[in-house]
Amino acid sequence: MTDQGRLSVALAQIDPALGDRGRNLERHRQWVKQAAEAGASLLVFPELSLTGYFLKDLVPDSAIQLESKEMRDLAALSTQLDVVLGAVIESPDHRYFNASLYFSRGELLHVHRKVYLPTYGMFDEQRYFAPGDRFRSFATPFGRVGILVCEDIWHLSSAYILSLEGVDMIICPSSSPGRGVTTDERLGTAESYALVCRTYAQFLTMFFLYCNRVGFEDGANFWGGSMVIGPNGDIIAQHQDADEALVLATLDLGDVRRERLANPLLRDERLELTINELRRVSHERTRKPF
Amino acid sequence: MSAPASLSEPVFPPLAINPELVRGILVGFIQNEVRKVGFERVVLGLSGGVDSSLVATLASQALGPKNVLGVIMPYRLSDPKSRLDALEVVKQLSIEPLEIEISAQVDAYFERFPDADQRRRGNKMARERMTVLYDQSWARQALVIGTSNKTELLLGYGTIYGDMASAINPIGDLYKTQVWQLADAVDVPTAIVQKAPSADLWAGQSDETELGFQYRLIDQLLYYLVERRYSVEELKRQGFDEAFISEIMDRVRENQYKRRLPVIAKLSSRTIDRDFRYPRDWGH
Repeated sequence: MTDQGRLSVALAQIDPALGDRGRNLERHRQWVKQAAEAGASLLVFPELSLTGYFLKDLVPDSAIQLESKEMRDLAALSTQLDVVLGAVIESPDHRYFNASLYFSRGELLHVHRKVYLPTYGMFDEQRYFAPGDRFRSFATPFGRVGILVCEDIWHLSSAYILSLEGVDMIICPSSSPGRGVTTDERLGTAESYALVCRTYAQFLTMFFLYCNRVGFEDGANFWGGSMVIGPNGDIIAQHQDADEALVLATLDLGDVRRERLANPLLRDERLELTINELRRVSHERTRKPF
Repeated sequence: MSAPASLSEPVFPPLAINPELVRGILVGFIQNEVRKVGFERVVLGLSGGVDSSLVATLASQALGPKNVLGVIMPYRLSDPKSRLDALEVVKQLSIEPLEIEISAQVDAYFERFPDADQRRRGNKMARERMTVLYDQSWARQALVIGTSNKTELLLGYGTIYGDMASAINPIGDLYKTQVWQLADAVDVPTAIVQKAPSADLWAGQSDETELGFQYRLIDQLLYYLVERRYSVEELKRQGFDEAFISEIMDRVRENQYKRRLPVIAKLSSRTIDRDFRYPRDWGH
Protein backbone atom coordinates (compact mmCIF):
# COMPACT_ATOMS: atom_id res chain seq x y z
CA MET A 1 0.00 0.00 0.00
CA THR A 2 1.08 3.59 -0.47
CA ASP A 3 0.03 4.88 2.95
CA GLN A 4 2.43 7.44 4.43
CA GLY A 5 4.56 7.42 1.29
CA ARG A 6 5.27 3.74 1.46
CA LEU A 7 5.00 1.33 -1.42
CA SER A 8 4.86 -2.44 -1.20
CA VAL A 9 6.44 -3.98 -4.27
CA ALA A 10 6.66 -7.61 -5.34
CA LEU A 11 8.93 -9.28 -7.88
CA ALA A 12 7.60 -12.51 -9.36
CA GLN A 13 10.73 -14.57 -10.00
CA ILE A 14 9.03 -17.19 -12.15
CA ASP A 15 9.82 -19.98 -14.61
CA PRO A 16 7.63 -19.39 -17.69
CA ALA A 17 6.73 -22.27 -20.01
CA LEU A 18 8.41 -21.81 -23.38
CA GLY A 19 5.98 -20.79 -26.11
CA ASP A 20 2.84 -21.53 -24.07
CA ARG A 21 1.01 -18.23 -23.58
CA GLY A 22 -2.17 -19.80 -22.21
CA ARG A 23 -0.39 -21.67 -19.45
CA ASN A 24 1.70 -18.64 -18.60
CA LEU A 25 -1.32 -16.32 -18.39
CA GLU A 26 -2.89 -18.73 -15.91
CA ARG A 27 0.32 -18.68 -13.87
CA HIS A 28 0.39 -14.89 -13.99
CA ARG A 29 -3.11 -14.87 -12.50
CA GLN A 30 -1.91 -17.04 -9.60
CA TRP A 31 1.10 -14.84 -8.91
CA VAL A 32 -1.05 -11.70 -9.06
CA LYS A 33 -3.40 -13.23 -6.51
CA GLN A 34 -0.50 -14.16 -4.27
CA ALA A 35 1.06 -10.69 -4.51
CA ALA A 36 -2.27 -9.01 -3.82
CA GLU A 37 -2.76 -11.18 -0.74
CA ALA A 38 0.71 -10.18 0.42
CA GLY A 39 -0.39 -6.55 0.18
CA ALA A 40 1.70 -5.50 -2.81
CA SER A 41 0.66 -2.48 -4.88
CA LEU A 42 3.09 -3.17 -7.71
CA LEU A 43 4.06 -6.56 -9.12
CA VAL A 44 6.88 -7.03 -11.64
CA PHE A 45 7.29 -10.10 -13.85
CA PRO A 46 10.49 -10.93 -15.79
CA GLU A 47 11.25 -10.24 -19.45
CA LEU A 48 9.01 -12.23 -21.84
CA SER A 49 7.21 -13.67 -18.81
CA LEU A 50 4.20 -14.54 -20.95
CA THR A 51 6.15 -16.57 -23.52
CA GLY A 52 9.56 -17.69 -22.28
CA TYR A 53 12.83 -16.41 -23.71
CA PHE A 54 14.58 -18.56 -26.35
CA LEU A 55 11.56 -18.56 -28.66
CA LYS A 56 13.40 -18.48 -31.99
CA ASP A 57 10.84 -19.13 -34.74
CA LEU A 58 8.06 -19.21 -32.15
CA VAL A 59 8.23 -15.42 -31.91
CA PRO A 60 5.41 -14.70 -34.41
CA ASP A 61 3.20 -17.43 -32.93
CA SER A 62 3.74 -16.00 -29.45
CA ALA A 63 2.90 -12.40 -30.35
CA ILE A 64 -0.12 -10.37 -29.34
CA GLN A 65 -1.38 -7.07 -30.71
CA LEU A 66 -2.03 -4.00 -28.59
CA GLU A 67 -5.66 -3.91 -29.70
CA SER A 68 -6.77 -7.45 -28.94
CA LYS A 69 -8.70 -9.65 -26.59
CA GLU A 70 -5.40 -11.05 -25.30
CA MET A 71 -4.34 -7.56 -24.28
CA ARG A 72 -7.62 -7.01 -22.45
CA ASP A 73 -7.02 -10.27 -20.56
CA LEU A 74 -3.63 -8.96 -19.50
CA ALA A 75 -5.02 -5.57 -18.48
CA ALA A 76 -7.53 -7.38 -16.29
CA LEU A 77 -4.63 -8.66 -14.17
CA SER A 78 -4.14 -5.13 -12.84
CA THR A 79 -7.47 -4.40 -11.20
CA GLN A 80 -6.09 -4.87 -7.68
CA LEU A 81 -2.48 -3.85 -8.14
CA ASP A 82 -0.19 -2.50 -10.87
CA VAL A 83 1.44 -5.19 -12.99
CA VAL A 84 4.53 -5.16 -15.24
CA LEU A 85 4.89 -8.16 -17.53
CA GLY A 86 6.81 -9.22 -20.60
CA ALA A 87 5.26 -10.15 -23.95
CA VAL A 88 5.94 -10.26 -27.68
CA ILE A 89 4.07 -7.37 -29.31
CA GLU A 90 3.22 -7.39 -32.99
CA SER A 91 2.82 -3.94 -34.53
CA PRO A 92 0.15 -3.31 -37.18
CA ASP A 93 2.92 -3.45 -39.80
CA HIS A 94 3.97 -6.90 -38.48
CA ARG A 95 7.14 -6.11 -36.67
CA TYR A 96 7.71 -8.08 -33.48
CA PHE A 97 8.96 -6.42 -30.33
CA ASN A 98 10.35 -7.78 -27.09
CA ALA A 99 8.19 -5.57 -24.89
CA SER A 100 7.48 -4.87 -21.26
CA LEU A 101 3.96 -3.64 -20.47
CA TYR A 102 2.84 -1.61 -17.46
CA PHE A 103 -0.80 -2.08 -16.49
CA SER A 104 -2.61 -0.04 -13.86
CA ARG A 105 -6.25 -0.17 -12.76
CA GLY A 106 -7.25 -2.39 -15.64
CA GLU A 107 -5.59 -0.21 -18.31
CA LEU A 108 -2.38 -0.35 -20.30
CA LEU A 109 -0.35 2.61 -19.03
CA HIS A 110 2.97 2.18 -20.84
CA VAL A 111 4.81 -0.03 -23.33
CA HIS A 112 8.59 -0.24 -23.45
CA ARG A 113 9.96 -1.99 -26.50
CA LYS A 114 13.43 -3.34 -25.78
CA VAL A 115 15.93 -1.11 -27.57
CA TYR A 116 19.17 -3.09 -27.24
CA LEU A 117 18.65 -6.57 -28.64
CA PRO A 118 21.67 -8.75 -27.81
CA THR A 119 22.90 -10.61 -30.87
CA TYR A 120 26.18 -12.19 -29.87
CA GLY A 121 27.38 -15.23 -27.96
CA MET A 122 24.31 -17.24 -26.99
CA PHE A 123 21.90 -14.45 -28.01
CA ASP A 124 20.13 -13.98 -31.33
CA GLU A 125 17.43 -11.40 -30.64
CA GLN A 126 17.92 -9.22 -33.70
CA ARG A 127 17.18 -12.19 -35.88
CA TYR A 128 13.65 -12.33 -34.49
CA PHE A 129 12.79 -8.92 -33.00
CA ALA A 130 12.63 -5.33 -34.19
CA PRO A 131 14.34 -2.86 -31.83
CA GLY A 132 12.45 -0.22 -29.88
CA ASP A 133 13.33 3.38 -30.67
CA ARG A 134 12.83 5.30 -27.45
CA PHE A 135 13.32 5.53 -23.69
CA ARG A 136 10.35 7.25 -22.07
CA SER A 137 9.26 7.58 -18.48
CA PHE A 138 5.66 7.72 -17.35
CA ALA A 139 3.66 8.76 -14.33
CA THR A 140 2.33 6.07 -12.02
CA PRO A 141 0.39 6.30 -8.77
CA PHE A 142 3.78 5.97 -7.03
CA GLY A 143 5.89 8.47 -8.93
CA ARG A 144 7.72 8.61 -12.26
CA VAL A 145 8.89 5.27 -13.54
CA GLY A 146 11.01 4.06 -16.46
CA ILE A 147 11.36 0.53 -17.77
CA LEU A 148 14.53 -0.99 -19.22
CA VAL A 149 14.51 -4.59 -20.39
CA CYS A 150 17.60 -6.69 -19.57
CA GLU A 151 20.27 -5.74 -22.17
CA ASP A 152 18.99 -2.14 -22.15
CA ILE A 153 20.74 -1.60 -18.82
CA TRP A 154 24.11 -2.58 -20.31
CA HIS A 155 24.05 0.74 -22.16
CA LEU A 156 24.73 3.62 -19.79
CA SER A 157 22.80 6.12 -21.87
CA SER A 158 19.48 4.34 -21.34
CA ALA A 159 19.41 4.76 -17.58
CA TYR A 160 20.95 8.23 -17.91
CA ILE A 161 18.16 9.42 -20.20
CA LEU A 162 15.48 8.12 -17.86
CA SER A 163 17.23 9.74 -14.93
CA LEU A 164 17.12 13.15 -16.61
CA GLU A 165 13.43 12.64 -17.25
CA GLY A 166 13.17 12.65 -13.49
CA VAL A 167 12.24 9.07 -12.69
CA ASP A 168 12.06 7.87 -9.12
CA MET A 169 12.37 4.27 -10.09
CA ILE A 170 13.70 2.07 -12.87
CA ILE A 171 12.09 -1.31 -13.36
CA CYS A 172 14.24 -3.88 -15.13
CA PRO A 173 12.54 -7.12 -16.17
CA SER A 174 15.16 -9.62 -17.27
CA SER A 175 15.76 -13.11 -18.66
CA SER A 176 19.43 -13.44 -17.91
CA PRO A 177 21.00 -16.86 -18.48
CA GLY A 178 23.64 -17.81 -15.94
CA ARG A 179 27.20 -18.36 -17.07
CA GLY A 180 30.71 -17.89 -15.84
CA VAL A 181 31.56 -20.62 -13.34
CA THR A 182 34.60 -19.92 -11.18
CA THR A 183 35.41 -20.59 -7.56
CA ASP A 184 33.12 -17.68 -6.60
CA GLU A 185 29.94 -18.35 -4.70
CA ARG A 186 27.82 -16.91 -7.51
CA LEU A 187 27.85 -17.00 -11.30
CA GLY A 188 29.72 -14.27 -13.14
CA THR A 189 26.47 -12.93 -14.56
CA ALA A 190 24.93 -12.60 -11.09
CA GLU A 191 27.92 -10.59 -9.88
CA SER A 192 27.83 -8.31 -12.92
CA TYR A 193 24.13 -7.56 -12.68
CA ALA A 194 24.32 -6.80 -8.98
CA LEU A 195 27.16 -4.38 -9.70
CA VAL A 196 25.32 -2.63 -12.55
CA CYS A 197 21.95 -2.36 -10.80
CA ARG A 198 23.42 -1.05 -7.58
CA THR A 199 25.61 1.41 -9.46
CA TYR A 200 22.61 2.84 -11.30
CA ALA A 201 20.57 3.13 -8.13
CA GLN A 202 23.38 4.96 -6.35
CA PHE A 203 24.60 7.14 -9.24
CA LEU A 204 21.11 8.14 -10.30
CA THR A 205 19.70 8.19 -6.76
CA MET A 206 16.58 6.19 -7.51
CA PHE A 207 14.92 2.92 -6.68
CA PHE A 208 15.87 0.03 -8.94
CA LEU A 209 13.74 -3.10 -9.28
CA TYR A 210 15.46 -6.01 -11.02
CA CYS A 211 13.29 -9.05 -11.73
CA ASN A 212 15.05 -12.01 -13.34
CA ARG A 213 13.48 -15.33 -14.24
CA VAL A 214 14.50 -18.84 -13.22
CA GLY A 215 14.31 -22.28 -14.83
CA PHE A 216 16.01 -23.84 -17.84
CA GLU A 217 15.52 -23.49 -21.59
CA ASP A 218 17.45 -25.75 -23.95
CA GLY A 219 20.02 -26.34 -21.24
CA ALA A 220 20.56 -22.67 -20.34
CA ASN A 221 19.82 -21.82 -16.72
CA PHE A 222 18.32 -18.54 -15.55
CA TRP A 223 19.84 -17.51 -12.26
CA GLY A 224 17.08 -15.50 -10.56
CA GLY A 225 18.68 -13.22 -7.98
CA SER A 226 15.86 -10.65 -8.26
CA MET A 227 16.50 -7.59 -6.15
CA VAL A 228 15.07 -4.33 -4.89
CA ILE A 229 17.64 -1.58 -4.46
CA GLY A 230 17.26 1.72 -2.67
CA PRO A 231 18.42 5.14 -3.93
CA ASN A 232 21.61 4.88 -1.87
CA GLY A 233 22.60 1.66 -3.64
CA ASP A 234 21.75 -0.66 -0.77
CA ILE A 235 19.92 -3.88 -1.52
CA ILE A 236 16.58 -3.75 0.31
CA ALA A 237 15.49 -7.25 -0.62
CA GLN A 238 16.90 -10.01 -2.76
CA HIS A 239 16.19 -13.64 -3.50
CA GLN A 240 19.65 -15.06 -4.19
CA ASP A 241 18.53 -18.51 -5.21
CA ALA A 242 17.42 -19.69 -8.63
CA ASP A 243 14.01 -21.01 -7.60
CA GLU A 244 10.57 -19.50 -8.10
CA ALA A 245 9.88 -16.87 -5.46
CA LEU A 246 7.88 -13.76 -4.71
CA VAL A 247 10.32 -11.10 -3.53
CA LEU A 248 8.58 -8.57 -1.30
CA ALA A 249 9.83 -5.19 -0.16
CA THR A 250 8.39 -2.03 1.29
CA LEU A 251 9.84 1.15 -0.14
CA ASP A 252 9.90 4.43 1.72
CA LEU A 253 9.31 6.71 -1.25
CA GLY A 254 10.73 9.68 0.69
CA ASP A 255 14.16 8.02 0.42
CA VAL A 256 14.59 9.49 -3.07
CA ARG A 257 14.16 13.05 -1.82
CA ARG A 258 16.42 12.49 1.17
CA GLU A 259 19.12 10.84 -0.93
CA ARG A 260 19.04 13.69 -3.45
CA LEU A 261 19.39 16.23 -0.67
CA ALA A 262 22.42 14.40 0.66
CA ASN A 263 23.86 13.73 -2.80
CA PRO A 264 22.51 16.29 -5.26
CA LEU A 265 24.05 14.53 -8.24
CA LEU A 266 20.97 15.00 -10.38
CA ARG A 267 20.80 18.73 -9.57
CA ASP A 268 24.41 19.15 -10.69
CA GLU A 269 24.06 17.15 -13.87
CA ARG A 270 24.94 19.26 -16.97
CA LEU A 271 22.43 18.24 -19.60
CA GLU A 272 23.32 21.00 -22.08
CA LEU A 273 27.01 20.28 -21.75
CA THR A 274 26.39 16.57 -22.30
CA ILE A 275 24.26 17.22 -25.38
CA ASN A 276 26.82 19.63 -26.83
CA GLU A 277 29.68 17.25 -26.29
CA LEU A 278 27.76 14.32 -27.74
CA ARG A 279 26.80 16.44 -30.75
CA ARG A 280 30.46 17.29 -31.25
CA VAL A 281 31.49 13.63 -30.98
CA SER A 282 28.80 12.64 -33.45
CA HIS A 283 29.85 15.40 -35.83
CA GLU A 284 33.51 14.42 -35.66
CA ARG A 285 32.71 10.75 -36.19
CA THR A 286 30.73 11.44 -39.34
CA ARG A 287 33.52 13.65 -40.71
CA LYS A 288 36.11 10.88 -40.60
CA PRO A 289 37.25 10.09 -44.14
CA PHE A 290 36.87 6.31 -43.69
CA MET B 1 49.66 -46.75 -14.90
CA SER B 2 50.27 -43.19 -16.02
CA ALA B 3 49.47 -40.62 -13.39
CA PRO B 4 46.52 -38.40 -14.27
CA ALA B 5 47.14 -36.60 -11.01
CA SER B 6 43.49 -35.64 -10.99
CA LEU B 7 43.51 -34.73 -7.35
CA SER B 8 47.11 -34.46 -6.30
CA GLU B 9 48.23 -31.52 -8.44
CA PRO B 10 46.84 -28.01 -8.03
CA VAL B 11 44.03 -27.05 -10.39
CA PHE B 12 44.78 -24.62 -13.23
CA PRO B 13 43.19 -21.53 -11.58
CA PRO B 14 40.97 -20.36 -14.49
CA LEU B 15 39.36 -23.81 -14.60
CA ALA B 16 38.81 -24.05 -10.86
CA ILE B 17 35.11 -24.27 -10.04
CA ASN B 18 32.87 -23.82 -7.06
CA PRO B 19 31.58 -27.41 -7.00
CA GLU B 20 28.51 -26.65 -4.92
CA LEU B 21 27.36 -23.95 -7.36
CA VAL B 22 27.94 -26.21 -10.36
CA ARG B 23 26.31 -29.19 -8.67
CA GLY B 24 23.20 -27.13 -7.93
CA ILE B 25 22.89 -25.98 -11.54
CA LEU B 26 23.41 -29.47 -12.97
CA VAL B 27 20.97 -31.13 -10.57
CA GLY B 28 18.41 -28.46 -11.51
CA PHE B 29 19.19 -29.01 -15.18
CA ILE B 30 18.53 -32.76 -14.94
CA GLN B 31 15.31 -32.31 -12.96
CA ASN B 32 14.04 -29.65 -15.31
CA GLU B 33 15.00 -31.11 -18.68
CA VAL B 34 13.87 -34.64 -17.76
CA ARG B 35 10.58 -33.81 -16.08
CA LYS B 36 9.31 -31.12 -18.37
CA VAL B 37 9.31 -33.51 -21.33
CA GLY B 38 7.22 -35.94 -19.31
CA PHE B 39 9.87 -38.31 -17.94
CA GLU B 40 10.80 -39.26 -14.39
CA ARG B 41 13.66 -41.63 -15.09
CA VAL B 42 17.04 -41.68 -16.82
CA VAL B 43 19.25 -44.46 -18.11
CA LEU B 44 23.00 -44.25 -18.61
CA GLY B 45 25.94 -46.47 -19.39
CA LEU B 46 28.21 -46.99 -16.38
CA SER B 47 31.79 -47.62 -17.45
CA GLY B 48 33.42 -47.43 -14.06
CA GLY B 49 35.10 -44.19 -15.16
CA VAL B 50 34.82 -40.76 -13.62
CA ASP B 51 32.47 -39.20 -16.20
CA SER B 52 29.65 -41.74 -15.96
CA SER B 53 30.15 -42.08 -12.20
CA LEU B 54 29.72 -38.33 -11.84
CA VAL B 55 26.63 -38.22 -14.06
CA ALA B 56 25.09 -41.15 -12.15
CA THR B 57 25.67 -39.27 -8.91
CA LEU B 58 24.13 -36.04 -10.21
CA ALA B 59 21.15 -37.93 -11.69
CA SER B 60 20.62 -39.80 -8.47
CA GLN B 61 20.62 -36.54 -6.51
CA ALA B 62 18.26 -34.95 -9.03
CA LEU B 63 15.71 -37.69 -9.51
CA GLY B 64 16.27 -40.11 -6.66
CA PRO B 65 18.24 -43.36 -6.94
CA LYS B 66 15.17 -45.38 -7.89
CA ASN B 67 14.84 -43.33 -11.06
CA VAL B 68 18.35 -43.98 -12.33
CA LEU B 69 19.15 -47.12 -14.31
CA GLY B 70 22.89 -47.75 -14.58
CA VAL B 71 23.71 -50.14 -17.40
CA ILE B 72 27.05 -51.92 -17.21
CA MET B 73 28.04 -53.23 -20.64
CA PRO B 74 31.41 -54.95 -20.62
CA TYR B 75 33.04 -56.55 -23.62
CA ARG B 76 35.07 -59.71 -22.98
CA LEU B 77 38.34 -57.77 -23.29
CA SER B 78 37.26 -54.93 -20.99
CA ASP B 79 39.26 -54.54 -17.82
CA PRO B 80 37.34 -56.53 -15.13
CA LYS B 81 38.23 -53.74 -12.71
CA SER B 82 35.97 -51.38 -14.69
CA ARG B 83 32.93 -53.53 -13.98
CA LEU B 84 33.82 -53.67 -10.29
CA ASP B 85 34.20 -49.89 -10.15
CA ALA B 86 30.82 -49.44 -11.85
CA LEU B 87 29.23 -51.84 -9.34
CA GLU B 88 30.82 -49.85 -6.53
CA VAL B 89 29.08 -46.72 -7.82
CA VAL B 90 25.77 -48.59 -8.09
CA LYS B 91 26.16 -49.73 -4.51
CA GLN B 92 27.17 -46.34 -3.19
CA LEU B 93 24.25 -44.57 -4.84
CA SER B 94 21.67 -47.39 -4.47
CA ILE B 95 20.68 -46.95 -8.11
CA GLU B 96 19.32 -49.83 -10.16
CA PRO B 97 21.96 -51.82 -12.06
CA LEU B 98 21.58 -53.78 -15.28
CA GLU B 99 24.43 -55.87 -16.65
CA ILE B 100 24.47 -56.66 -20.34
CA GLU B 101 27.61 -58.11 -21.86
CA ILE B 102 27.97 -57.02 -25.46
CA SER B 103 30.59 -59.59 -26.53
CA ALA B 104 28.19 -61.92 -28.37
CA GLN B 105 26.73 -59.33 -30.72
CA VAL B 106 30.06 -57.59 -31.35
CA ASP B 107 31.92 -60.84 -32.02
CA ALA B 108 29.12 -62.19 -34.23
CA TYR B 109 29.47 -59.12 -36.43
CA PHE B 110 33.27 -59.18 -36.65
CA GLU B 111 33.33 -62.88 -37.57
CA ARG B 112 32.65 -61.54 -41.05
CA PHE B 113 35.38 -58.89 -40.75
CA PRO B 114 38.18 -60.60 -38.84
CA ASP B 115 40.74 -58.05 -40.01
CA ALA B 116 38.92 -55.11 -38.43
CA ASP B 117 41.29 -52.91 -36.48
CA GLN B 118 41.03 -51.78 -32.86
CA ARG B 119 39.38 -48.49 -33.65
CA ARG B 120 36.71 -50.06 -35.80
CA ARG B 121 35.95 -52.59 -33.09
CA GLY B 122 35.92 -49.89 -30.43
CA ASN B 123 33.45 -47.78 -32.39
CA LYS B 124 31.22 -50.80 -32.93
CA MET B 125 31.22 -51.50 -29.19
CA ALA B 126 30.31 -47.92 -28.42
CA ARG B 127 27.39 -48.09 -30.87
CA GLU B 128 26.33 -51.49 -29.54
CA ARG B 129 26.12 -49.90 -26.09
CA MET B 130 24.13 -47.03 -27.54
CA THR B 131 21.51 -49.39 -28.98
CA VAL B 132 21.19 -51.08 -25.60
CA LEU B 133 20.69 -47.74 -23.87
CA TYR B 134 18.07 -46.57 -26.38
CA ASP B 135 16.27 -49.89 -26.14
CA GLN B 136 16.22 -49.58 -22.36
CA SER B 137 15.12 -45.98 -22.78
CA TRP B 138 11.98 -47.17 -24.53
CA ALA B 139 11.44 -50.19 -22.28
CA ARG B 140 11.80 -48.17 -19.07
CA GLN B 141 10.51 -44.84 -20.29
CA ALA B 142 13.80 -43.33 -19.22
CA LEU B 143 15.75 -40.59 -21.01
CA VAL B 144 19.27 -41.46 -22.09
CA ILE B 145 21.60 -39.16 -20.20
CA GLY B 146 24.96 -38.43 -21.79
CA THR B 147 28.39 -38.58 -20.20
CA SER B 148 30.70 -36.85 -22.70
CA ASN B 149 32.72 -34.00 -21.22
CA LYS B 150 33.76 -30.81 -23.00
CA THR B 151 37.34 -31.92 -23.59
CA GLU B 152 36.21 -35.11 -25.34
CA LEU B 153 33.57 -33.29 -27.35
CA LEU B 154 36.05 -30.67 -28.52
CA LEU B 155 38.72 -33.23 -29.41
CA GLY B 156 36.21 -35.57 -31.00
CA TYR B 157 37.49 -38.29 -28.69
CA GLY B 158 34.28 -40.28 -28.82
CA THR B 159 32.18 -42.32 -31.22
CA ILE B 160 29.54 -40.47 -33.18
CA TYR B 161 26.14 -42.11 -32.57
CA GLY B 162 27.91 -44.21 -29.96
CA ASP B 163 28.91 -42.79 -26.60
CA MET B 164 28.22 -39.29 -27.96
CA ALA B 165 24.51 -40.11 -28.37
CA SER B 166 22.14 -38.94 -25.63
CA ALA B 167 19.01 -36.92 -24.99
CA ILE B 168 20.55 -34.58 -22.44
CA ASN B 169 24.11 -34.13 -21.26
CA PRO B 170 24.81 -32.46 -17.91
CA ILE B 171 28.62 -32.45 -18.16
CA GLY B 172 29.20 -31.43 -21.79
CA ASP B 173 30.31 -27.94 -20.72
CA LEU B 174 32.83 -29.16 -18.13
CA TYR B 175 36.44 -29.83 -19.08
CA LYS B 176 37.93 -33.11 -17.89
CA THR B 177 39.89 -31.40 -15.14
CA GLN B 178 36.64 -29.79 -13.96
CA VAL B 179 34.92 -33.18 -14.01
CA TRP B 180 37.62 -34.38 -11.62
CA GLN B 181 36.97 -31.47 -9.26
CA LEU B 182 33.21 -31.96 -9.25
CA ALA B 183 33.43 -35.76 -8.99
CA ASP B 184 35.68 -35.46 -5.97
CA ALA B 185 33.34 -32.94 -4.34
CA VAL B 186 30.25 -35.14 -4.77
CA ASP B 187 32.08 -38.16 -3.34
CA VAL B 188 32.64 -40.27 -6.40
CA PRO B 189 34.99 -42.95 -5.01
CA THR B 190 38.53 -41.57 -4.96
CA ALA B 191 39.91 -44.64 -6.73
CA ILE B 192 37.65 -43.82 -9.69
CA VAL B 193 38.57 -40.14 -9.76
CA GLN B 194 42.25 -40.95 -9.57
CA LYS B 195 42.54 -43.78 -12.05
CA ALA B 196 43.95 -43.16 -15.50
CA PRO B 197 41.13 -42.19 -17.89
CA SER B 198 40.42 -44.95 -20.38
CA ALA B 199 37.87 -45.68 -23.06
CA ASP B 200 38.44 -49.32 -21.98
CA LEU B 201 38.15 -50.71 -25.48
CA TRP B 202 40.95 -53.06 -24.47
CA ALA B 203 42.63 -53.67 -21.12
CA GLY B 204 45.32 -51.13 -20.35
CA GLN B 205 44.14 -48.57 -22.88
CA SER B 206 44.77 -44.98 -21.79
CA ASP B 207 43.15 -41.80 -23.11
CA GLU B 208 46.23 -39.75 -22.46
CA THR B 209 48.53 -42.21 -24.23
CA GLU B 210 46.20 -42.29 -27.22
CA LEU B 211 45.76 -38.54 -27.33
CA GLY B 212 49.47 -38.07 -26.84
CA PHE B 213 49.02 -35.41 -24.17
CA GLN B 214 47.83 -35.12 -20.62
CA TYR B 215 44.32 -33.81 -19.99
CA ARG B 216 45.68 -31.15 -17.66
CA LEU B 217 47.74 -29.64 -20.45
CA ILE B 218 45.04 -30.11 -23.10
CA ASP B 219 42.49 -28.36 -20.89
CA GLN B 220 44.81 -25.42 -20.31
CA LEU B 221 45.28 -24.98 -24.03
CA LEU B 222 41.55 -25.40 -24.73
CA TYR B 223 40.81 -22.81 -22.08
CA TYR B 224 42.89 -20.18 -23.86
CA LEU B 225 41.80 -21.32 -27.31
CA VAL B 226 38.06 -21.80 -26.79
CA GLU B 227 37.09 -19.73 -23.76
CA ARG B 228 39.48 -16.82 -24.30
CA ARG B 229 39.89 -17.02 -28.08
CA TYR B 230 43.65 -16.56 -28.01
CA SER B 231 45.41 -16.45 -31.36
CA VAL B 232 48.19 -18.93 -32.15
CA GLU B 233 50.76 -16.20 -31.54
CA GLU B 234 49.25 -15.45 -28.15
CA LEU B 235 49.18 -19.16 -27.30
CA LYS B 236 52.86 -19.47 -28.12
CA ARG B 237 53.59 -16.50 -25.89
CA GLN B 238 51.73 -18.39 -23.13
CA GLY B 239 54.40 -21.05 -23.50
CA PHE B 240 52.51 -23.71 -25.45
CA ASP B 241 54.50 -25.75 -27.93
CA GLU B 242 53.65 -24.96 -31.54
CA ALA B 243 53.19 -28.61 -32.57
CA PHE B 244 50.91 -29.20 -29.60
CA ILE B 245 48.81 -26.15 -30.47
CA SER B 246 48.50 -27.21 -34.06
CA GLU B 247 47.59 -30.80 -33.25
CA ILE B 248 44.87 -29.83 -30.81
CA MET B 249 43.47 -27.15 -33.14
CA ASP B 250 43.37 -29.68 -35.97
CA ARG B 251 41.48 -32.15 -33.81
CA VAL B 252 38.91 -29.55 -32.78
CA ARG B 253 38.36 -28.53 -36.40
CA GLU B 254 38.36 -32.01 -37.92
CA ASN B 255 35.81 -33.28 -35.45
CA GLN B 256 33.34 -30.44 -35.82
CA TYR B 257 31.06 -32.76 -37.83
CA LYS B 258 30.58 -34.98 -34.79
CA ARG B 259 29.09 -32.09 -32.88
CA ARG B 260 26.47 -31.26 -35.50
CA LEU B 261 23.41 -32.82 -37.04
CA PRO B 262 23.95 -34.29 -40.52
CA VAL B 263 24.33 -31.67 -43.23
CA ILE B 264 21.07 -31.28 -45.15
CA ALA B 265 21.09 -30.26 -48.80
CA LYS B 266 19.19 -26.99 -48.93
CA LEU B 267 16.24 -26.80 -51.32
CA SER B 268 13.27 -25.13 -49.64
CA SER B 269 13.05 -21.75 -47.96
CA ARG B 270 12.81 -23.34 -44.51
CA THR B 271 15.40 -26.04 -44.08
CA ILE B 272 15.57 -27.84 -40.75
CA ASP B 273 18.10 -26.22 -38.40
CA ARG B 274 19.10 -23.57 -40.92
CA ASP B 275 16.02 -21.40 -41.23
CA PHE B 276 13.53 -23.65 -39.45
CA ARG B 277 14.69 -22.85 -35.96
CA TYR B 278 12.74 -23.91 -32.92
CA PRO B 279 13.88 -24.44 -29.38
CA ARG B 280 14.32 -28.02 -28.31
CA ASP B 281 12.13 -27.26 -25.27
CA TRP B 282 9.25 -26.08 -27.48
CA GLY B 283 6.09 -25.92 -25.36
CA HIS B 284 7.70 -27.24 -22.19
